[in-house]
Amino acid sequence: MIVVDVDLTPLWLTLKVASLATLLAFSASVGIAFLLARSRFWGKEWLDAVLTLPLVLPPTVLGYYLIVVVGRRGWIGQWWEGVFGFPLMFTWQGAVLAAAVVSFPLILKSARAAYEGVEPNYEKAAQTLGQTELAVFLRITLPLAWRGILAGTLLAFARAMGEFGATLMVAGNLPGKTQTLSLAVYDAVQAGNDGQATLLVLMTSVTCVIILVLSAKLLKTKPL
Amino acid sequence: MKALRHSGQRGNPLTVLLLTMMAWLAGPAAAAAQELIVSAAASLTSAFKAIGAAYETAHPEVKVILNFAASGALLQQIERGAPADVFASADAATMDQGQAGGLIDPATRRDFATNRLVVAVPGTSSRGLQGLADLSRDEIKRIAIGNPAFMPAGRYAREALVVAGLWANLEPKFIYANTVLQIVDYLARGEVDAGFVFITDTAAAGDKTRVITELTIQAPIRYPIAVVAASRQPALAGGFVAFVLSAAVQDILTGHGFGKP
Repeated sequence: MIVVDVDLTPLWLTLKVASLATLLAFSASVGIAFLLARSRFWGKEWLDAVLTLPLVLPPTVLGYYLIVVVGRRGWIGQWWEGVFGFPLMFTWQGAVLAAAVVSFPLILKSARAAYEGVEPNYEKAAQTLGQTELAVFLRITLPLAWRGILAGTLLAFARAMGEFGATLMVAGNLPGKTQTLSLAVYDAVQAGNDGQATLLVLMTSVTCVIILVLSAKLLKTKPL
Repeated sequence: MKALRHSGQRGNPLTVLLLTMMAWLAGPAAAAAQELIVSAAASLTSAFKAIGAAYETAHPEVKVILNFAASGALLQQIERGAPADVFASADAATMDQGQAGGLIDPATRRDFATNRLVVAVPGTSSRGLQGLADLSRDEIKRIAIGNPAFMPAGRYAREALVVAGLWANLEPKFIYANTVLQIVDYLARGEVDAGFVFITDTAAAGDKTRVITELTIQAPIRYPIAVVAASRQPALAGGFVAFVLSAAVQDILTGHGFGKP
């Protein structure tokens, strides 16, 4: 039986979850990447390795860790339920967290490489001219590193859009609430609904092409 | 080739590597015993693991490979060409679908067990649920149910709830699972307040879940088994089906909580 339902909810939900996840991952990684690039402390590379783990671990392993930590008996899950009154699992907020965790290392690695590519002499020159460290970061380092950081962020957004394994485990597959495009395709295929699956796949592909074209244009603009 | 030989080496390293890879890939195929692939519904996991072991003891030259998933998902796999020899589903509807699609051999189809659907709660639950109607209470926020699109457990639950007039009321609370085992996992972790599973699933879960009540369904839940039409070893597969229907295996099934067909 072919039931094709032209419902755009998975698309909007995916865009919402991916955007928020990328924002969350970006906020978390921009500062940490700078720390990793510029400072020296014991165990720095170990910290970098641990933070990069979500990139190399299978999504189901990440999903399991997240369930343990974010579930009703986990410490983040209990904190969340205490503050917000509802459990974090099976919600779109949980989906955002799962997507943020998997895309975080992408921004971290790109940002760190971008910062390391900034000539330290410019920063030192700015300091001798009397700029505070924060001002040096915002006015010298960041503008010089923004391309690398942006490239990493776009990668992270693409990763967040396609995230499946960890999201399925943490947020479940609830139509209208947490069923992102990749989960909707999975459901349609499992139910033998090839027409629906094809429609969703086309939707995803078109959206991704548009994002890729936009980001290519963004990266081509003149430097700040 | 001669031009590629490095002086002093026994063979071109690339050729050696390629030959090793080819031998490694060809090796396992030559050494394999007869393999019988059985696709069985997720609720049959514990029971069929025991049955598979019993079959291998009785027929040492055969290796039983078990493949568990939701019945609908398994049928999808077979439709797309998965090399299954035997298919055991948790409801007649999925097997009927397979029969209509020419995917199973109708002459080999038999009912081999029955099951019952229940409402279960986490073992640690203290909400004092007693009946189906209690699920409508406000404090019950999340109920795990199989996805009716491809899971017999989901369809049975939906049927029972529609008959009881509770489907529309409870639908906003549903968390759809991919297999009954996932529902049991959600219950064991306390992520949901209640779930609709087979009584055999709760038996396997021990005190991680607790049964509240049984759901009344119009027709008894019968599990059919059949040989897959595209099977390359239909005689062996037929032998496995006969084995499942034998008295000894029926005892294994009743030991896991299933009923007689």
